Amino acid sequence: MSSEHSDYIVRFEEVQKSYDGVQLVVKNLNLDVSRGEFLTMLGPSGSGKTTCLMMLAGFETATHGEIYLDDVPINNVPPHKRGIGMVFQNYALFPHMTVAENLAFPLEVRNLGKSEIEAKVQRALDMVRLSEFGNRRPAQLSGGQQQRVAVARSLVFEPDLVLMDEPLGALDKNLREEMQYEIKHIHENLGVSMVYVTHDQSEALTMSNRIAVFDDGIIQQLSTPDDLYERPMNAFVASFIGENNKLNGRVVESNGELCTVEVDGAPIKALSVNHGGVGQGTTLSLRPERVTVGVEDDGSFPNVFSAKTEEIIYLGDHVRTRFSVCGHDDFIVKMPNAAGHIVLNEGESIKVGWHAEDCRALDA
Amino acid sequence: MKSLLNTTSIVAAGVLAVGLAASQPALAETDLVVVSWGGAYSASQQKAYHDPYMAANPGIKILNDDSASEGLSKLRAMDEAGNVTWDLVDMVASDAIIACDEGLVLEIDPDTDLAAAPDGTPASEDFFEGMLSPGGSNCFIPQIVYSTTFGYRTDKFEGGGPTSINDVFDLEKFPGKRSLEKKPIGNLEWALIADGVDPSQVYEVLSTPEGVDQAFAKLDTIKDSVVWWTKGAQPTQLLADGEVSIASAYNGRLFSAIEEEKQPIGMMWDWQVFDIDGWVIPAGGKNIDEVKKFVKYATDTQRLADQAKYISYGPTRHSSAPLVSTHADLGIEMAPHMPTDPENAKTTLLFNYEWWADHRAELDERFQAWLAN
Amino acid sequence: MASVTAAPEVMVTADGTPLKVSLHRALRRNKIRAFLLVLPLLAFLGFTFLWPIGVMMFRSVENSLVSTVMYRTVPLLAQWDETTGDLPDEAVFEALVQDVTEGFKNRTIGKVGTRLNYEEPGMSSIFRTSPKKFKKITEGPYKEKVIEAHKGWGDVDKWRLIKREGRPFTSSYYLAAIDRKLDNLGSITSQPAERQIYVKLFIRTLWMSALITGLCLLLGFPISFLLATLPTKTSNLLMILVLLPFWTSLLVRTTSWIAILQQHGVINDILVAIGLVSDDARLGMIHNQIGTVVAMTHILLPFMVLPLYSVMKTIPPSYMRAARSLGANPALAFWRVYMPQTVPGIGAGGILVFIIAIGYYITPALVGGTKGTLISNFIDYHMRVSLNWGLAAALGIILLGLILFLYIIYDRVVGIDNMKLG
Repeated sequence: MSSEHSDYIVRFEEVQKSYDGVQLVVKNLNLDVSRGEFLTMLGPSGSGKTTCLMMLAGFETATHGEIYLDDVPINNVPPHKRGIGMVFQNYALFPHMTVAENLAFPLEVRNLGKSEIEAKVQRALDMVRLSEFGNRRPAQLSGGQQQRVAVARSLVFEPDLVLMDEPLGALDKNLREEMQYEIKHIHENLGVSMVYVTHDQSEALTMSNRIAVFDDGIIQQLSTPDDLYERPMNAFVASFIGENNKLNGRVVESNGELCTVEVDGAPIKALSVNHGGVGQGTTLSLRPERVTVGVEDDGSFPNVFSAKTEEIIYLGDHVRTRFSVCGHDDFIVKMPNAAGHIVLNEGESIKVGWHAEDCRALDA
Repeated sequence: MKSLLNTTSIVAAGVLAVGLAASQPALAETDLVVVSWGGAYSASQQKAYHDPYMAANPGIKILNDDSASEGLSKLRAMDEAGNVTWDLVDMVASDAIIACDEGLVLEIDPDTDLAAAPDGTPASEDFFEGMLSPGGSNCFIPQIVYSTTFGYRTDKFEGGGPTSINDVFDLEKFPGKRSLEKKPIGNLEWALIADGVDPSQVYEVLSTPEGVDQAFAKLDTIKDSVVWWTKGAQPTQLLADGEVSIASAYNGRLFSAIEEEKQPIGMMWDWQVFDIDGWVIPAGGKNIDEVKKFVKYATDTQRLADQAKYISYGPTRHSSAPLVSTHADLGIEMAPHMPTDPENAKTTLLFNYEWWADHRAELDERFQAWLAN
Repeated sequence: MASVTAAPEVMVTADGTPLKVSLHRALRRNKIRAFLLVLPLLAFLGFTFLWPIGVMMFRSVENSLVSTVMYRTVPLLAQWDETTGDLPDEAVFEALVQDVTEGFKNRTIGKVGTRLNYEEPGMSSIFRTSPKKFKKITEGPYKEKVIEAHKGWGDVDKWRLIKREGRPFTSSYYLAAIDRKLDNLGSITSQPAERQIYVKLFIRTLWMSALITGLCLLLGFPISFLLATLPTKTSNLLMILVLLPFWTSLLVRTTSWIAILQQHGVINDILVAIGLVSDDARLGMIHNQIGTVVAMTHILLPFMVLPLYSVMKTIPPSYMRAARSLGANPALAFWRVYMPQTVPGIGAGGILVFIIAIGYYITPALVGGTKGTLISNFIDYHMRVSLNWGLAAALGIILLGLILFLYIIYDRVVGIDNMKLG
């Protein structure tokens, strides 16, 4: 038991949440967050991820179940006694206070000494490279600077856990990427645990140790970023994370790890992941970059099909081509713009092939 | 609630009246705007003067305007703006003196502008002495003699109501709230008389600073029990609502509260203050000839006697006095309800216009200061 | 060509007009258009606001009446030394007789009497009785005959007064408005104690307005907070309740308070009925300061609620959450984070209520009795009853000055930018 104490900073245990007593927004959530971990809750809007974060912060109460912080149940602990840092969607920097006063606020309410407050505020400003901006009002800062102040404020009182609710949503693309790395570095340097909510999958993949993919109030999959991308466990995760070719068919044969799926009359060899057995419908998931174009039917690929080129989009580093394959005309293949790659014309037919391991048979 | 309803209905009626007056199409050839005090008083004028005159002169339409309480200041404003829209204004004598001094109203010649008595006595001799030229001015056309006197709740005092002015100032023998007019006029005189000053010396005493101090000191003794009124209809309403036990009021208003509305109110005539009310003709009016004809008619002997059928104010002509008869609706003899009736007029104070015209500004201000402190 | 290139570079447009001229022309058209757009409003404001205030300011010092009517006497009096205690000489008396006689004919001399009576009681009587007696004076010596006609003309102080008020401008209205006056020799002294009233009234007006503003804030703040945080559907209903007084006639609202608060009113009847108060000790809640404060707080409450509400509506709940997550308990979060952000609303509502309260007169006149009346009731009194418009104007200007002064203080302390009306 004592080892568990140090392992998990947050535990959700059978947590349910309903606002109206009719519908469950969060359905039976079980989730552990390890100490020092960067865990992202990813999902479309309305999936219940923000509700989970708010329950953890203490602004919503769980309808059922228990949330533990450091193994202490916190359902009845008010937000200000939880000691959790939080960054809000629109930063929620207090407009009537300067940047330094914003940072000093959590320290003042903890009755720290004046000199100690000053030192900590300065350190926090240094950390986010805003040492010169202490006397400015939030409105006088750019979006990225405000974001950094918000992060600094959530960390200045040295919490063990920091929550972030779509903190980069209001920034433009370049700034967002820059901030992603900055937050990631802060996380690595301070060793603080972070729970991060976003609907942007690339942000989640960039920053997280683990990602919990939410949909319909349920965690669909909880894995590391590469696991999630490479090995999605269901059709939702497969389509939500990264680009994905979906082929709908029926399982005709299941043989241990592999299975055969009939798609538009053609048998496709696939990896059995999450299908209902022989005779049941399934969705085949195949990443566009795992398809090889211009193959020979010589047995090097178990799946080789004829494909008609429908559309070609030149994207510099790679060429994105849309084919008609097995009755699906939205079959995308990404071909690296490498030396000696095949040049296609629209309307041209060619053979494409892929490995059974790259084609995952998921739920229908 | 009663006073609320009353106030709102008065306001509503006022709005309606103004609206009517403004929107009245010029059916008749000449509209005469006559400004008076509203209520029972205007009604008595309507019945005694306006209705018969309009019946006899189809070309004339008389419109009532109830803003007599602001008569002097509005006249001044009209004079400044150079647009006098009033034709005839009802005023108390002291205001008429000022209006006359400032040239706001026309001087009149009683013998040509006013009708002689039926026996041929010229108007200048038929009207009571001095009333045609209060304070030496010659603009005032007297109409009625009225008095400000006291009414009391007959159900509040077990041993009988107050009988003298001293009782009004005696809170121990006659407990309860008083209502007095929010003016120094009248109240200062009463205070001095109640304080033992010889009534004939009142104005001489008031002319000295010590006399004024004495009057205010006497008023101080009841100040906390006084509800001050500003409109003639208020004191009888306050009495009817039981908010006060004793109130000073115009005798005509008390008459209608007692005789017409049958309120449990009694009259106390001791040291009633006589005053006269009459008409002035604004200088710069647009129908001066027409209005002079109307005034000549409305102040003749019979008309002045007729008004007393509707309200208990006395006519200002010697020749009218014998013609005063019974109330038009109630049928009661009006003479005993007149302030001039010998039974009522045992002790009277004649209001000194001239003295007040000189001291009004000063004492009003002092009175206001005294109220606010 | 050489001379052209050698000249300093002047940017020109395609047709050769200098660029600056062209730009100026283009901008001028816009300026004229903008000016024309606001012109009706400017004209309206000038006519209905600036002009009347200007007239009022002028009236508070204007004093041409005496010198215009007594145009012979006043210039002669200027040479008279009023400090010696001697009466003016014969020429002045002759001028007086001519002025008074002419003024009587033009019906202007009575106004002079009224005007001088403000300064010294009795003057109006002198001017009213003199003309008729002066008719008999056709030749000198004027001095004796005039004094015989009215002994007041033998009083040096009366002459001093005429000389003083013969000047085209006077400070006497302003002095009267702050309970001061000029004595016979023209130095400023206090009014006697029993006539001191205006300073006290100004102070009373200020503190009662402040009290009403405070009460409005106390009552309005929680309501506004509730309005801003409730769901729209509920808050709309509540808003209607708050605005209801706005849609009711002022007179009806005020008289309702009379019905509720008077001695035989609703509250007293209830208190007597449940035995809290005995029948002959009914509470006096109207015709005093309580009446004024209660009725005016009720009437002015929406002016506090509306700006507060509109400011609170813009404060997202995330600020309070942020404060809580940073470790502040609810009270502290409210005080340190929410309250400061409502300051623009408090400022706007406070100034609005205070300024309206300071100039209110209908309600205090109806329910204030004698102790609950405000300075504006006296401005009204001098406008309508005493007809001393000069004093009314002086009181009004002082009130205006006081409001501007408080406005500047507010600007210094809180900042006028930090005010939001909606």
